[in-house]
Amino acid sequence: MSKLNTNSNAYIIIYSAILVVIVAFLLAFVYQALKPMQDANVALDVKKQILYSLNIRGLDGSEAEAKYAEVVKEEKEQDGQKYYACQIDGKDIIVASLKGMGLWGGISGYISIDDEGKVYGAYFNHESETAGLGAEIKDSQAWQEKFIGKQIWDENGNVVLSVVKDVKDPKTQVDCVTGATLTSNGVDAMIKAGLQDAAKRFLNTSNSDCCGTEEADSCCNGDDKAKCCSETEIKAKED
Amino acid sequence: MALFSKQNKEVFTNPLNLDHPILGQVLGICSALAVTSQLKPAIVMGLAVTVITAFANVIISIIRNTIPNRIRIVVQLVVVAALVTIVSQILKAFAYDVSVQLSVYVGLIITNCILMGRLEAFAMQNKPWPSFLDGVGNGLGYAMILVIVGAVRELLGRGTLLGFQIIPDFCYDLGYVNNGMMTMPAMALILVGCVIWVHRAYFYKEK
Repeated sequence: MSKLNTNSNAYIIIYSAILVVIVAFLLAFVYQALKPMQDANVALDVKKQILYSLNIRGLDGSEAEAKYAEVVKEEKEQDGQKYYACQIDGKDIIVASLKGMGLWGGISGYISIDDEGKVYGAYFNHESETAGLGAEIKDSQAWQEKFIGKQIWDENGNVVLSVVKDVKDPKTQVDCVTGATLTSNGVDAMIKAGLQDAAKRFLNTSNSDCCGTEEADSCCNGDDKAKCCSETEIKAKED
Repeated sequence: MALFSKQNKEVFTNPLNLDHPILGQVLGICSALAVTSQLKPAIVMGLAVTVITAFANVIISIIRNTIPNRIRIVVQLVVVAALVTIVSQILKAFAYDVSVQLSVYVGLIITNCILMGRLEAFAMQNKPWPSFLDGVGNGLGYAMILVIVGAVRELLGRGTLLGFQIIPDFCYDLGYVNNGMMTMPAMALILVGCVIWVHRAYFYKEK
C-alpha cells in the first residue's frame, strides 16, 4: 500500500469531516439513550425541591416520590408561574414557584404559604452563585428556615416579605446572607416579583371589589370566575 | 512485549510519584481547587478524569498514525470533548446529585491540561496499551490529590466525610467550631501547597 500523504489539504478535510460525523452520531446516540433517565432525574429533583419548601427534607428518590404524591394535591400554571396546592396535617398550603436573577446566573425557589398568608417554608436554588457565599441560599438550611412564619403581604396586597441587610421588622424581614449582598438582593427581587400576583389568591378582600369589572379575570385567579363572582353578587343583593 | 513489563510498570507508576501531574508538573490545579470542598464530588471528579484520560489516550494512540500533523490538537480536542460529553450525560442519568454538585467542572475537564498534556506528550508516540496505563496512572495521580484535599476540607470544614458525621456531637458541645475557611477555594490552594511540600520533602527522589 502506498503511504498516504497525511499532510495534504484534501486528506485533512476528509479526515476531519469523517471524524466529526462519527462523533456527532455517537453523541446523538448517547443523548437519545440517556434522555428518559435524565428527564426522570430532573422531574424528581423538582419534586424534592417542592418537598424541601414544605420542610420535608432528607428523603430518598422513591420515598420523595411517595411523599410528593401524598402531599401535593393539585398543580396549576399561571403566566409561567406554577402553583402547587398541598395538604399537610389537614392544613391547606400553597407552594409558589419563583424565578429570578442572582449575581452570576439564574436563581429559583419555592415558597410555601399557609392559609394566613405566612411563609410555611422556603427553598432556593441557583445555577452558578459563589460557593460558600451566594450558594448559601441553597446550601444553608438554617438561612431558609429564617423565612418561616414571616408575613408576606400587607393589607393592600403589597409584598412586604423582604431580604435586607439590617433587619428592622422581624415579622417581615429576613437577614441577608453574609458576604452575598447581591445574591440576597436577587432573592429579594425574586420574591417581590413572584408573589405580587399571588396576593389576590390569598386576600379575600380583592374578590368582591373587582367582580363585574374588566379585571375580574385576574382577581378571581384560578378559581372558577363565574362561581366566585356570582357568590359575591348574591351576597351584595342580600345586603 | 509483556503486558506488565518493567517499562510498562514505570509508565504506570511514574505519574503516581516522580512525574505526578499535580505534584510534579503542577497541571490541572484549577479543577482540583474547585471540586474538592467535599469528598464525594472529589472522588467522582477523579474517576471521571481517570476514565477520560485513559480512553482518550487509547483512542488517540490507535489513530495516531492517521492524524494529520497540522490539525492534531483539533483532533485531540474533538476526541476529548466527545468523551467528556458522554461522561457528563452518564452522570446526569445515573448520579444526578453529583452532576449538579460538579456543575460546570465536568465540562471543563475538556480544558484540563493533564489530558492535553498526556495526549500530546505520550499517546501520540506510543502504542495503545502503554497509553492506557499512562492515562490511568495520571488520572489516579490526579484523583489521589483530589481525595486527600477533599477529605481534609470536608472533615475540617463540615465535620463529615462523604456526608456522614465524623466529629461527634460532644465536641461541638465543648465549643468546637467547623472551620468555614476550609469550604473556600483559597484553602484548597493552601492544602495543595502543603501536599506538594510533604511530597517533595519525603517521597520525591531525583531521577
